[in-house]
Amino acid sequence: MGVMTGKNLIEVEGLKKYFNVGGGKVLKAVDNLNFFIREGETLGMVGESGCGKSTAGRTILRLYEPTGGSVRFNGTDIYKLSPGKMKAMRRDMQMIFQDPYASLNPRFTVSDIIGEALDIHKMAGSSGERKKRIEELLDLVGLNTDHATRYPHEFSGGQRQRIGIARALAVNPKFIICDEPISALDVSIQAQVVNLLQELQDRLGLTYLFIAHDLSMVKHISDRVAVMYLGKMVELADSEELYSNPIHPYTKSLLSAIPVPDPEIESQKKRILMSAEGGGPIRSADEKTEETSLVEVSPGHWVAMPH
Amino acid sequence: MANDNITNKQSLPVVTANDFEPVNINERESEVIKRESLTAWRDTWERLRRNKVAMSGLVALVVIIIASIFGPYVAYWVHGYDYQTNDLMATNQKPSALHWFGTDDLGRDMFVRTWSGARISLIVGVAAALIDLFIGVIYGGIMGYFGGRVDTIMNKFSEVLYAIPYLLVTILLLVVFEPSLGTIILALTITGWINMSWIVRGEIMKLKNREYVLASRSMGAGTGRLLFRHLLPNASGPIIVTLTLSVPNAIFAESFLSFLGLGVQAPISSLGSMVENALTGWMYYPWRMLFPAVLISIIMLAFNLLGDGLRDALDPSLKNK
Repeated sequence: MGVMTGKNLIEVEGLKKYFNVGGGKVLKAVDNLNFFIREGETLGMVGESGCGKSTAGRTILRLYEPTGGSVRFNGTDIYKLSPGKMKAMRRDMQMIFQDPYASLNPRFTVSDIIGEALDIHKMAGSSGERKKRIEELLDLVGLNTDHATRYPHEFSGGQRQRIGIARALAVNPKFIICDEPISALDVSIQAQVVNLLQELQDRLGLTYLFIAHDLSMVKHISDRVAVMYLGKMVELADSEELYSNPIHPYTKSLLSAIPVPDPEIESQKKRILMSAEGGGPIRSADEKTEETSLVEVSPGHWVAMPH
Repeated sequence: MANDNITNKQSLPVVTANDFEPVNINERESEVIKRESLTAWRDTWERLRRNKVAMSGLVALVVIIIASIFGPYVAYWVHGYDYQTNDLMATNQKPSALHWFGTDDLGRDMFVRTWSGARISLIVGVAAALIDLFIGVIYGGIMGYFGGRVDTIMNKFSEVLYAIPYLLVTILLLVVFEPSLGTIILALTITGWINMSWIVRGEIMKLKNREYVLASRSMGAGTGRLLFRHLLPNASGPIIVTLTLSVPNAIFAESFLSFLGLGVQAPISSLGSMVENALTGWMYYPWRMLFPAVLISIIMLAFNLLGDGLRDALDPSLKNK
């Protein structure tokens, strides 16, 4: 958990991303998200597969064009930026991807992968400077600098993910979206990567949006946690508060699914089940969905309530 | 012994923390990669080299290419005749020391004509394939990259073009224009690029949602960088295979057109027109048909074997499927 200054680095307002699925239907992958992330903070984002977490992350970085809403970075609405200014803005916002096997171009060497951002933003004046910076980044993420000329397929999953982290760090970003950065990794490697992320946050003053479905890991790394369900945010609170005092039925159900490492408790634990309301996020384009808005039930603890 | 230990639980030694000592493995050292670093191309070459069938195709092609370049010169240098020198006193001769492949009905040397015909065939085949590649990659790349309405319209256009029988288009074109090397290549490429464009389109569509492309976009990469640094290099496998397999198609099409009399015009030789010429007397002078026909077959077989081998070498996961 990083050093917080209290200033809001990211402010997301009414963010919507709908996909056309044909037949006049739309998939409301992300529907009316409102939240902010303080500078130096880690906001965890949890929810089941397909709830729109990754889409939200990619829309915030404008890898997908939003259907509606705004994302302000340091007060600037990034959706209103021209392509040129957006390109410059990308130096401040980066992403670490889920699948370390798919997120590295198999035909690039490690130094090409990490150096690409340096080339795009012309951040290295000479090839010597570029090489030095790449070695610096490899060292930062704990990789052997001799590996710069190797290809991704020669590395293990954990090493590849560290290459992905070095790539994201190359442009000196302030904000990084970690899109399930550990879910494709072996359990023994997960801790290594999470510790590296925390260490980097402390050293470089980074702000994270940490997307995951592993609830225990999210609790460990996050200052605050947001719970997403069917494209909407249903609960947002400090991690301690959320885990000890969940209010929304979906959060309760989600938390009851965390395995307990004690077989006796685990066997007696009761799962709280919840049925999907309204049948999922695909609806016809004009159909009204139940409008909910976040209500602050206690300081900093927000829960979605119907109007 | 082992059995005794398991059954007799009391005899198990008590293990305490003091019995363990740190191994002190240096994490960085344990991560050193010992394997020699191979680029994707070196890897492909290593795999191709082990494929005997594909390699025999490659060797045959190299030999044929060298022979078609130098064969006519060698004959000229040894005997002093070229592809149109005729000797009416020596028509339809059997292969001999003077005429290694015999002579045709006008007394022209078959060795020279066969190899210069092969040269024409290879030029047409490779040129047509390269033009297909050029148009197909651009057209398919645009379809795949932009998708949506652009893709629908462009794809429908190529489907309509593909639906017209290509032989019809080709024959029309060759009747209207003077048959020459250029017209033949034009006729072959007018519909030939469509297959390549579909292959490229499919590959780009598949690759453009890969995370490494997203990652590059998140760093601010433009269309050019995405296409030429990420998408096309990763689609190069299927592109190369399609290219290799479209060369024999073009060669066969050229031979076929020449056989119909629509190919390159006499006195320039072409493998197809030589077969056609030999048709009248093949019962009496079989070698006049044998050499060009066998050479067409070997060229096509060699390209196909190499193409299949390349497919396996470029994407080992496709093998045995």
